Amino acid sequence: MSIKEYRTASEARGGLISVKHTPGIAFGDRVRITDSRAETRDGQVIRAADDEVLILVFEGTDDLDLNDIWVRFLDEPVEIALSPEILGREFNGLGEPRDGRPPVLSNTRRPVSGAAINPAARTYPREFIQTGISTIDGLNSLVRGQKLPIFTGSGLPHNRLAAQIVRQAKLKDEDTSFSIVFAAMGVSYADAKFFRDEFASSGVLRNVVMFVNLADDPPVERLTLPRTALTAAEYLAYDLDRHVLVVMTDMTYYAEALREVATAKGDVPARKGYPGYLYSDLAEIYERCGRIHERHGSITMMPVVSMPSDDITHPIPDLTGYITEGQIVLSRELNNQGIYPPVHISPSLSRLMKDGIGKDDTREDHPHVAAQLYALYARALETRNLASIIGADELSERDRRYLKFADDFDKRFVAQDEAEDRSIDATLNLAWELMSAFPRDMLTRMSETELAKYYRATE
Amino acid sequence: MSKDRLGVVRDINGPIVTIDLPGIRSGEQVRIGEIGLVGEVISLSGRQAVVQTYEATDGVRPGEPAVGLGWPLSVELGPGLMGGIFDGVQRPLSKIALQSGDYIARGIDVPALDRARQWEFEPNRALEPGQQVGPGSVLGTVQETATVLHKILVPPGMAGELEEVAPAGEYDIESTIAHVRDAKGTSHRLALYHRWPVRRPRPYRRRDDGVSPLITGQRVIDTFFPQLKGGKGAVPGPFGAGKTVVQQQIARWSNADIVIYVGCGERGNELVDVLESFPKLEDPYSGRKLMERTLLVANTSNMPVVAREASVYVGLTVAEYYRDMGYDVVMLADSTSRWAEALREVSGRLGQMPVEEGYPAYLSSRLAAVYERAGRVETYDAGSGSVTLIGAVSPPGGDFSEPVTSHTKDIIETFWALSKELADARHYPSIDWVTSFSAHVHTAAQWWHEEVDRRWEQRRTEALALLARDAELSRIVNLVGPEALSDAQRWQLEGASLVKEGVLQQSALDEVDTFCSPEKQFALLDLTLSIYDKGMALIELGVPVAELAEMPQLAKVRRCKSMYNSDQVDSIRAFAREVEQAFEGIRIEYAKQTTD
Repeated sequence: MSIKEYRTASEARGGLISVKHTPGIAFGDRVRITDSRAETRDGQVIRAADDEVLILVFEGTDDLDLNDIWVRFLDEPVEIALSPEILGREFNGLGEPRDGRPPVLSNTRRPVSGAAINPAARTYPREFIQTGISTIDGLNSLVRGQKLPIFTGSGLPHNRLAAQIVRQAKLKDEDTSFSIVFAAMGVSYADAKFFRDEFASSGVLRNVVMFVNLADDPPVERLTLPRTALTAAEYLAYDLDRHVLVVMTDMTYYAEALREVATAKGDVPARKGYPGYLYSDLAEIYERCGRIHERHGSITMMPVVSMPSDDITHPIPDLTGYITEGQIVLSRELNNQGIYPPVHISPSLSRLMKDGIGKDDTREDHPHVAAQLYALYARALETRNLASIIGADELSERDRRYLKFADDFDKRFVAQDEAEDRSIDATLNLAWELMSAFPRDMLTRMSETELAKYYRATE
Repeated sequence: MSKDRLGVVRDINGPIVTIDLPGIRSGEQVRIGEIGLVGEVISLSGRQAVVQTYEATDGVRPGEPAVGLGWPLSVELGPGLMGGIFDGVQRPLSKIALQSGDYIARGIDVPALDRARQWEFEPNRALEPGQQVGPGSVLGTVQETATVLHKILVPPGMAGELEEVAPAGEYDIESTIAHVRDAKGTSHRLALYHRWPVRRPRPYRRRDDGVSPLITGQRVIDTFFPQLKGGKGAVPGPFGAGKTVVQQQIARWSNADIVIYVGCGERGNELVDVLESFPKLEDPYSGRKLMERTLLVANTSNMPVVAREASVYVGLTVAEYYRDMGYDVVMLADSTSRWAEALREVSGRLGQMPVEEGYPAYLSSRLAAVYERAGRVETYDAGSGSVTLIGAVSPPGGDFSEPVTSHTKDIIETFWALSKELADARHYPSIDWVTSFSAHVHTAAQWWHEEVDRRWEQRRTEALALLARDAELSRIVNLVGPEALSDAQRWQLEGASLVKEGVLQQSALDEVDTFCSPEKQFALLDLTLSIYDKGMALIELGVPVAELAEMPQLAKVRRCKSMYNSDQVDSIRAFAREVEQAFEGIRIEYAKQTTD
């Protein structure tokens, strides 16, 4: 079918325009809109009927004169061009250059909407990634092919943490570094600059592809940005056999853009005005990561999700948590105490940890150490609460030991320097040092052999 | 295909497509567009039909053809189901991977059951030509896997005189294995498989009450909140509370004959975990590989939402089919919330009036109808079979008052409520003993009393009472500190902590502890409670609680579950006697001191 052009736009609202008398337009196709000043905008067909189509305009509909535009249906899906040259480049949500350099020329073009991975073609992720951060490696280990978001709040150092992970992430005993796909949606200029400088100073820039939509860029473009970025990630992983780490920030702004468009379309809202399909929509993005049989590359994902008002039950972190394989939760309280990275381990979780750690992957005592630390810390937090009510002096000898453990754990295990890259051995040894403050009999999660090998009483 | 069955696409709105096709029926399957996407008619108005498609509609244009297929969404029922992995509309995913690669291509048409595979058919020797047969009559058997003997039944709705049965031999599933002449004199050909519409429950002779518990090898379930074979239960919990692990543990270790695992709108990697681990894991009852008795329906969260809605019905229909052969089937649906959200998504696109949180008014009736397909029945050939349905529920924000959880709670009989607090403290399974319930305790007790120990119900009640007391005392401790408690109260706290760590907590990752036989479950419970009882008696004599709490045996009580496997229950009992002697020693020592 040939390319068609129409001048019959009839309505514009909230990023959408509708065009009448347009037979045979395909659902999902790409659209180009040209105004009287010859400026163009891009769009996509989101509803196609016999006599009318609805178009999502990525650059928004502000300042459009409906009587004076040309709507061209390009008869192709929304695609990006891919080649090894994308590394080191910066693009917008549609895959157009933002770095002032020419567009990527390639015959390899892929639709950004992707397709679902056949579950029967997946391989279970089980290769431990050492991030050099104790609370992650020791207690919430990341494996290759996992999606592990960082749940955070405004003002917390999630960017610094994400940058540190990008710098340090590697397979244990292996030096292959990751290729990084960085997707920024609705972030501030300063945040984007932070990452750009960070990548440049740590020398990884030639291994990074950036997709950026700033806070003052059109919000509708945020809807395709993660899809474009993941299409690039899939290309790097499965065409070029690279291990890709995708950092996406901030999924909350993505979801807000989705809500904005859904409201304009008149979709029935479910919770807090977000459309009922928010879960499926987020899943389409998150589930593109993983490992596939007989493919060398992999996609590991670390989205940043800010919790509005630090509320973990808000629909965005809530639905994200149901899709991702765990979450790393940052705490304002720890941050206020000057602890970096302020990872609150109690609500943090890695679902894929169990098969990536232990004798053959990290160290034989790792699973039990993690369980034991969690149990001790849970009890220690209860004691800390109690102490804040009745005063530390009223506590029993045993409880005071817990109280001290809580403090040591926060200051020595959780806290580490931004430049400190702790090996998994160092993390586990540190854990034993802290656990050895308790009598041997209290470490009920550890086996006798592990206690014999690693337990060192301090008194 | 006759010409009048051909229609035209009018409007594409995501997965909802309006077509112009006179004479089409509600529920009928339709192929949409040149690419041939499959969908199902969900409403009719005049010439126009609204179709929900099981695949993404990108690239479809108004004006493209739409073809009515003439039947409702159905599944193929016959040998070859076990060990398989299917999508939400029963397409075989491994076959699709061979055809279309790592990603699922659209418009693919692959039959669910392998047409080329030959099966060893053994006819039923008791049948003679001329005999009357009806639905459920066993025509013969096929050894489907080493564990599952597949009975070839006369399908529901078919009855009459048996004309012939094929002799023993190798057949593919389309071969004729019998002819039946109905009352009107028409002869019907029966093959090794038949089709059944998924939204219609398969009929049975009579509904029976459940009699025996489903043993899952999980202490908090079997001992505290038992489920009967043929029962319906729900596992609600916020993310990270361990719903999926609970479901997978049931799939692994329950004493059912057949397990149907429906991954409905969940994570791809978790399904792969099942896919990769089940072929290696052994069934503790038969010693065979778990995959031989398992069927997976996988519709991950990124796969089309409409097929997600269908997946639960596909799973249920297969479950009922094996039930009709006289098997005890467990179906796990993870998660029913995603299924409900699929309903909501479709109803939203149709512009239907939402009632609660955007859900349509028919949510509760659809949910009830799904759960009602569980049950223990008398089959047509006078055997007994059951479908146990266990649904995971994922309440937004962990709020159990939301529509899906609250409607589910009204329907089900066992409720295993997962708690965020317990999960955060890594107390797994995080089934909360305060909010969970089971309507089956009394029936289960009869089984336990006959098979394991007559004190089961009493011990269970004692343990729950102790846990309730613990909750009260913990509130006091949180306000004024442990020093305010008496020695007896502190021993109650210690006793409850033993029950929690020694009995309730169970590690799915620990090789020994992952499965716990009923005998071992009771031995551990009895061990813990008798320590508590003995200790309480000593405290009443004036022994200080500190002396008891320091006893080295208590640490071993907490570890016992992973030190001895289900065959070493005697060792647990021996250890119980050892502890008893230690207590007796303290008593004698103390009596000496007081008389001195």
